[in-house]
Amino acid sequence: MGTLVEEIFSQKAGRKVEAGEIVLLNVDYIMSHDNTTPLAIKAFREIGKPILDKSKIVIHFDHAYPAPNVQAAENHKKITDFIKEQGITNFFHRGICHQVMIEEGFVTPGAVIIGGDSHSNTYGALGAFSTGFGSTEIGVAWVTGKSWFRTPQTILIRIEGQTSPGVYAKDVMLYIAGQMGMDGATYQSVEFTGGYIDALPMHDRIIFPNISTEIGAKCGLIVPDATTLDFLAKQTKAAPPYRLVKPVNPHYHREIEIDVNHLVPQVACHPDVDNVKPLSEVEGLAIDEVFIGTCTNGRYEDLEIAARILKGRTVSPYTRTIITPASVTIYQKAIKNGLIDIFHEAGCTIGVTGCGACIGRHGGLLAAGERAFTTMNRNFIGRMGSSEAEIYLGSPAAAAATAIEGKIADPRRYQEVL
Amino acid sequence: MGKAWKFGENLNTDEIIPARYNLTIEEKELAKNVFCEIKPDFAKKVQPGDVIVAGNNFGCGSSREHAPVAIKGSGAACVIAVSYARIFFRNAINIGLPILECPEAAAEIEEGDEVEVDLAVGKILDHTRNTTYQAQPLPDFVLKIAAAGGIVNFLKTHELEELL
Repeated sequence: MGTLVEEIFSQKAGRKVEAGEIVLLNVDYIMSHDNTTPLAIKAFREIGKPILDKSKIVIHFDHAYPAPNVQAAENHKKITDFIKEQGITNFFHRGICHQVMIEEGFVTPGAVIIGGDSHSNTYGALGAFSTGFGSTEIGVAWVTGKSWFRTPQTILIRIEGQTSPGVYAKDVMLYIAGQMGMDGATYQSVEFTGGYIDALPMHDRIIFPNISTEIGAKCGLIVPDATTLDFLAKQTKAAPPYRLVKPVNPHYHREIEIDVNHLVPQVACHPDVDNVKPLSEVEGLAIDEVFIGTCTNGRYEDLEIAARILKGRTVSPYTRTIITPASVTIYQKAIKNGLIDIFHEAGCTIGVTGCGACIGRHGGLLAAGERAFTTMNRNFIGRMGSSEAEIYLGSPAAAAATAIEGKIADPRRYQEVL
Repeated sequence: MGKAWKFGENLNTDEIIPARYNLTIEEKELAKNVFCEIKPDFAKKVQPGDVIVAGNNFGCGSSREHAPVAIKGSGAACVIAVSYARIFFRNAINIGLPILECPEAAAEIEEGDEVEVDLAVGKILDHTRNTTYQAQPLPDFVLKIAAAGGIVNFLKTHELEELL
């Protein structure tokens, strides 16, 4: 008996685990990237014990890759030396860690995964328990193969209805973030369910656990179903059998109902993810840069929506429009299907696969007084460069419409292609 | 004893230390830019023993351990907040940055107050206001990590299983 997180923990622990219990669990994978691995190596060296199982370790270069400066290059060298020294084979520079983790088949239902990145919650879209940790605990898990967890209580968010054209999963999740606030789910698990989620393809489902981080959640989960299995088979290297864990007579700490039938496009406004308004309230605000990409909205289907709007049109001359596919696999498909040509002809710049401008290291930083409209999941002050710049968050369709008009625009104006 | 530096609600990790300064892992280097976006004079003026006081959800946002490391590197003795974001909470414990949860102290202590903290018992004294506060007790396993000075030190002489 239990919520999805209680069931996953119970199965892992080999006994019944309930919310509130502290458990020590074996983790299936330990993920980190070029920003968080150096401190993990430092902790590992200080502990002075060997790696327990190197096949559990997965390291990605995505945050400041290729190195935009000497300091980043030194980090990459340090990590690469460590990887060679330890004989770690799960080493990738194929795009954003979370996307690559899914594509490469590390994420499967029922798995317990920890990541040295706050958006590690993302894997919950496939029914895996995953959460973000700091670097020291990554180093600890390399040595012990385990982590401690306080079994979280669960908030159930039941989403019903159908969105109208021009309204996307991103708008739904931003609306939820606005309603719940940045600490609305702190320390808790959030299970996303209901007819709307059931009908959603995986690329859209991923957005919910991904942004669950922004409401403070320890994890965001969707119960695995036929869509999950189909996605795993067709779009990842994962191989069955899977631990298809489901909630059993769960007790939820809180239940929230959301009807999306009449939802309109949403925007998270400067400077907080929960500062969410209907797009119409900020429509017309001048935009200096549009950025389409990230672990939230850099997937093929996101680029496809943007391409449909941008096809045969050009972006505003004073709005730098940067499009960054989330992974090399997505980039290849976008080239093959002509999306990249459409973007180039529209006047966009294609960024290197990876986190890019989202963390303000490279690939499209903002100057003081500038305003960006992006498909990111976070709009904190200073995140994309100058602390005097503003960041607005919305769907890829809204971003594409905004790029064309040079000001925040309603994607429903391009309804004929949506 | 030290001076209180007061911050607001939902203070995020970018406000503690922006990503562009995270290419180093040296705590003194990180401390040079700690809170640079919201209290630009903090890094220059903070003295060893000073105390950070803040509202709820302190340290929300990214998983970057650079955030508690930067605060620790500044010489600040501890953080007193209404509540903490979960990754920041773990990170602070793991790296040995003392953190206390005390809504009353967080509400009443003002910037510049002279504050003394007895971490062992969670007692907070505001000498400027002549008030005392009792912070919420930390769970036993957290105290074990804190007593060792962080998880790395704990693991040098213990197994992880000994936490529970």
